[in-house]
Amino acid sequence: MARIESEIGTPKGGLLKWIDDRFPLTSTLKEHVTEYYAAKNFNVWYVFGVLAMVVLVIQLVTGIFLTMNYKPDANEAFASVEYIMRDVEWGWLIRYMHSTGASFFFIVVYLHMFRAMLYGSYKKPRELIWIIGMLIFFVLMAEAFAGYLLPWGQMSYWGAQVIISLFGAIPFVGDALVEIIRGDYSISDITLNRFFALHVIALPLALVALVFVHIVALHHVGSNNPDGIEIKENKDENGVPKDGVAFHPYHTSKDLVAIIVFLMIFSFVVFFAPEMGGYFLEHANFEPANTMATPEHIAPVWYFTPYYAILRAVPSKLWGAILMAAAVLLPLFLPWLDRSRVRSIRYRGWIYRTALALFVVSFLMLGYLGVQPAEPLYVLLARIGTVIYFAFFLLMPYYTSIDKTKPVPDRVVYHAE
Amino acid sequence: MLNKIGMLSGLVALLLAGNALAAGSDVELEPANNDVDNIASLQRGARNFMNYCSGCHSAQYVRYKTIAQDLELSEDQVVNYLMFNAEKTFETIQVNMPPESAKRWFGQIPPDLSLIARSKGTDYLYNFLRGFYLDPESPTGVDNLFLAGTSMPHVLWELQGFRDAVFERQAGEDGATTSTFQGFEPVTAGILSEEDFDGFVRDTVNFLEYISEPIRSDRRVIGTWVLMFLIFFYIVASMLKKQIWKDVS
Repeated sequence: MARIESEIGTPKGGLLKWIDDRFPLTSTLKEHVTEYYAAKNFNVWYVFGVLAMVVLVIQLVTGIFLTMNYKPDANEAFASVEYIMRDVEWGWLIRYMHSTGASFFFIVVYLHMFRAMLYGSYKKPRELIWIIGMLIFFVLMAEAFAGYLLPWGQMSYWGAQVIISLFGAIPFVGDALVEIIRGDYSISDITLNRFFALHVIALPLALVALVFVHIVALHHVGSNNPDGIEIKENKDENGVPKDGVAFHPYHTSKDLVAIIVFLMIFSFVVFFAPEMGGYFLEHANFEPANTMATPEHIAPVWYFTPYYAILRAVPSKLWGAILMAAAVLLPLFLPWLDRSRVRSIRYRGWIYRTALALFVVSFLMLGYLGVQPAEPLYVLLARIGTVIYFAFFLLMPYYTSIDKTKPVPDRVVYHAE
Repeated sequence: MLNKIGMLSGLVALLLAGNALAAGSDVELEPANNDVDNIASLQRGARNFMNYCSGCHSAQYVRYKTIAQDLELSEDQVVNYLMFNAEKTFETIQVNMPPESAKRWFGQIPPDLSLIARSKGTDYLYNFLRGFYLDPESPTGVDNLFLAGTSMPHVLWELQGFRDAVFERQAGEDGATTSTFQGFEPVTAGILSEEDFDGFVRDTVNFLEYISEPIRSDRRVIGTWVLMFLIFFYIVASMLKKQIWKDVS
């Protein structure tokens, strides 16, 4: 296997040497880019990490430009969004990219997490990568929630009302906690201001820092692959994993194709269906927040609906909130819940395959039910979905230990095109 | 590749499913079938809006200048035929009626219509404007099939005429009476035929959809170019990837 000699791989003096004497530029690029080896058999599931980075950049850049024209003021917020949509040059594009980006962030991150579940990427020695990733997911949820209040539409207001009031279910401290979050006795200008601060400064900083740590941890232990094999255990005479190819130019050239396909789908939504039938931009949010009138049907944005359905499936508000929080937190423990000897689903038995399929069905069903009104049949289905969701995690130590696994090969399965 | 196709079709399915828009009635909505790319219809809609709606309803985010540009009208035409209470074309569509008076006369301030098509949907608006019927108990003398108890009077009565709504009342099993809408019966004739009136409302709703998102037509044109560029870029990037990966075995 020939490798492309990198220009920066051999410092010849001059500016580069001057920098390298003061900052580990060449060695950092080698370690993380040109000589970071990842398995050559990556499939389509392995593009969602890089796509999450792409969406993060889209959100940060469009967010900066939105902030230049948005007014975090209860009397002006709604109008300033319309000002961006109508009067700011290309403002509509920036806003649609940001609102579409929010939904795509979750699509990409959910698929990225599912990849880890398919191929056991959270298993030893990658437990910390998984935990940091889950922290990224939590911050992302908070970021999206804070951002959703900013347009100050009906759904912004009443959605926030419903979610914030959940904290009131906590015994003893609940009411005080709700007041601290709102900064007021009801959602008001003060709430909008603090959510703006969280959305544009605090949470993005946390997000970027966590993403950095996520990648540092990943590059320390190396990427998993669809066969769940440690490619570092099979190195050639130069110390290069036999099944690995350098991140650049191999994986970067592949990722570039993936990014373009992603941008096609993303652009299709931005330019042809920015409301996405009311799922990405809810219809009721085109009405300014009205503290006196609730919308006919309050539904959170689609990416929160699986958890919202779990909340509504429980008759008690406190237990609903507890179960919802548990549903969000449980995946954190996956590295220890999963007792299987193998990582990849390719070498697992029928039990885990069935369990994972049921989990996917329950998650999608809960997501659908979360946008529907709470009618008896839907509540029943949501309860069934909730039981499956929790059973998947809580019974995992048992069913993964009795599941019959297949022998794992020494080398990755790869067929050159 | 199959995965990519699966993902794309999933997205399209999500798109087509759509969220049903809220309507305050069980009567099925007739589709508005308006076309925002039809400039002539938008021009008629603008005329209808300024003559029949703008007396009470503002469109506070919409500038006359934008309307002139997008509807292929000269600024003079807009000033002479559409601008009744503004001085300059960069102004937005405001209403002269003082809010306190509006509240006294109608019980509430008539809503701003800039975004009404995006929050309520064009089908709802098309049916609402055609859904007035005589109701002697209402302060305005009319009620609406699609928004019961509306405080809006039948502004278009002159064009449509007045109508009665026929309901069939049935005693349900639980003793409560349910009434189902059977149809409208004309009481007085309007200036326009039913067909012409539907066209009038369609044009008006079309204009409402246009002002709810003036960039709509442009973004689809730009989007087509963006996608064409991405297809080209995809071909080049695929070739690059193939070239780089050809020695990996």
